[in-house]
Amino acid sequence: MSGHSSYTPKSGLGKWIDARMPLPRLMYDSFVAYPVPRNLNYAYAFGGILSIMLVAQILTGVVLAMHYAADTGLAFNSVEKIMRDVNSGWLLRYMHANGASFFFIAVYIHIFRGLYYGSYKAPRELLWILGVLIYFLMMATGFMGYVLPWGQMSFWGATVITGFFTAIPLVGEWIQTFLLGGFAVDNPTLNRFFSLHYLLPFMIAGVVVLHVWALHVTGQTNPTGIEVKSKTDTLAFTPYATMKDAFAMVVFIAVLAYFIFYIPNYLGHPDNYTIANPLKTPAHIVPEWYYLPFYAILRAITFSIGPIDSKLGGVIAMFGSILILFVVPWLDTSKVRSAVYRPWYKLFFWLFVIDAIFLGWLGSRPAEGTYVAMAQVATAYYFAFFIIIMPILGLIETPKRLPNSITEAVLEKNKGGASVQPAGSAASPETKG
Amino acid sequence: MSVHETSDQSRRDFLYVATAMAGAVGAAGVAWPFIDQMRPDASTLALASIEVDVSALEPGMSLTVKWRGKPVFIRNRTEKEIEEAKAVPLAELKDPVARNANIAADAPATDDDRSAGQGKENWLVMIGSCTHLGCVPLGQQGEFGGWFCPCHGSHYDTAGRIRKGPAPENLAVPKFEFISDTTIQIG
Repeated sequence: MSGHSSYTPKSGLGKWIDARMPLPRLMYDSFVAYPVPRNLNYAYAFGGILSIMLVAQILTGVVLAMHYAADTGLAFNSVEKIMRDVNSGWLLRYMHANGASFFFIAVYIHIFRGLYYGSYKAPRELLWILGVLIYFLMMATGFMGYVLPWGQMSFWGATVITGFFTAIPLVGEWIQTFLLGGFAVDNPTLNRFFSLHYLLPFMIAGVVVLHVWALHVTGQTNPTGIEVKSKTDTLAFTPYATMKDAFAMVVFIAVLAYFIFYIPNYLGHPDNYTIANPLKTPAHIVPEWYYLPFYAILRAITFSIGPIDSKLGGVIAMFGSILILFVVPWLDTSKVRSAVYRPWYKLFFWLFVIDAIFLGWLGSRPAEGTYVAMAQVATAYYFAFFIIIMPILGLIETPKRLPNSITEAVLEKNKGGASVQPAGSAASPETKG
Repeated sequence: MSVHETSDQSRRDFLYVATAMAGAVGAAGVAWPFIDQMRPDASTLALASIEVDVSALEPGMSLTVKWRGKPVFIRNRTEKEIEEAKAVPLAELKDPVARNANIAADAPATDDDRSAGQGKENWLVMIGSCTHLGCVPLGQQGEFGGWFCPCHGSHYDTAGRIRKGPAPENLAVPKFEFISDTTIQIG
């Protein structure tokens, strides 16, 4: 996709800079002249939305840090001070807290988009892996950020999540003590989490640069999953993609603004407005909503598997449910990229989406009675989707007939079936080989 | 000429390897303090032991104290609780080891080995941190009348032994001793 540069500096200054450090040329080639498939839909707008959310989180975070005190004796009150005394502090904090939730909403849509349209398939494996890495860093950042207000959920969430490491045989306790800087979550823990919460977003920004670089080497996928073949398949990034992305951002941010101004605590937990108490666990610990599916998977493993006890098994299943995303490009054996042309994959994909949401709901329920059994079934489907359905379906599924090009697919759709190819294309040639 | 070249080549290889090795050792040496600072600091380790006055605890009463940032349960058990705990056959236990820092590491989880021992078997001292993921279990609740962890549903009996749920081990008994009839030193 990275063809010849069409950038021609017009002014004398432009030529002077271009000969010395061609940053304007890089920007022009990447975000103005860059060709994108002409059939991108709004599902493809979330990459841009995610970039703007990262910037928003860093900006609000930097100014919040000017008023926050990372000390167990001061942290909770400093957050209340931000809410009551600091000018516009309430707004900045609600922007940051709800922004985190919307960052995750956007990343989940972005990931599901990738799974639906097969965006991870060759030659975009590294692009996908970098994306999973960003997601992983986001989860670490979000977790540590949630500890900072030093409420009950902060404290006990930190205790439970660092407790995962004690499941590792022999060295587990030592690792937990090492991470906490003590025998329990305390001041050293809060200090280091604050430091890392400030650092990780910049690491995310670094990986985002690699992610976009990899994207611009292979080019974007599109709803048909067919590679760009000719100039008629593409449009210039500016104004076409820029405008579409900008419109999607405005709508997305309007929804975020509704949360910030009208229901700012809807996605939070009231227990976190109670100061942390190391001697009393809240009756019902739940992590932030964006971790709930993984929390349900953790709690679904209530049985031992051979030498692995239920505690270690739960932790392995939970980390495994994220790590498995790294190998998705090699689990999916289908030669057809997009679910649009894979009737069975489409069905299993939507079941997977429902399953993930269902797991999220189960994660918010107490771990008892039928909830446990339901979580076990849902966890089984979660893993089966990747380990069984993806590899086998690719071998046995008969895909629909693929259009010859993006242009053909677009024209076919717009002309209501009348295509530039021989008529009756929807009737029979679907059969494989 | 060619002889000269090869000997020069192997000397050069040696220099590359030696330089890389020295660089790696140096990098590891510089990295160490960055890793080492993560470990518990001197002030955290200094909170090694505390003394607790338990004279006010009548049978059936409990006290929770903070030791090393974690709660420690001290319970003066009732006769009924002791009887119940003694009646449990060891084979029924999920974790048959006492987990008592005051006795041998492989001691069985009998009620005697879980409590303060013969003559003081009404006293139970345990770290109040669920062995699953570290929540604080609630006292005198759950299916076995002992402790119940609200986070992920682990049930402990009246001797603090895990009986049901995801926790793998009995509640840990820390190192402690009665330094007088009414004072316990923990740690």
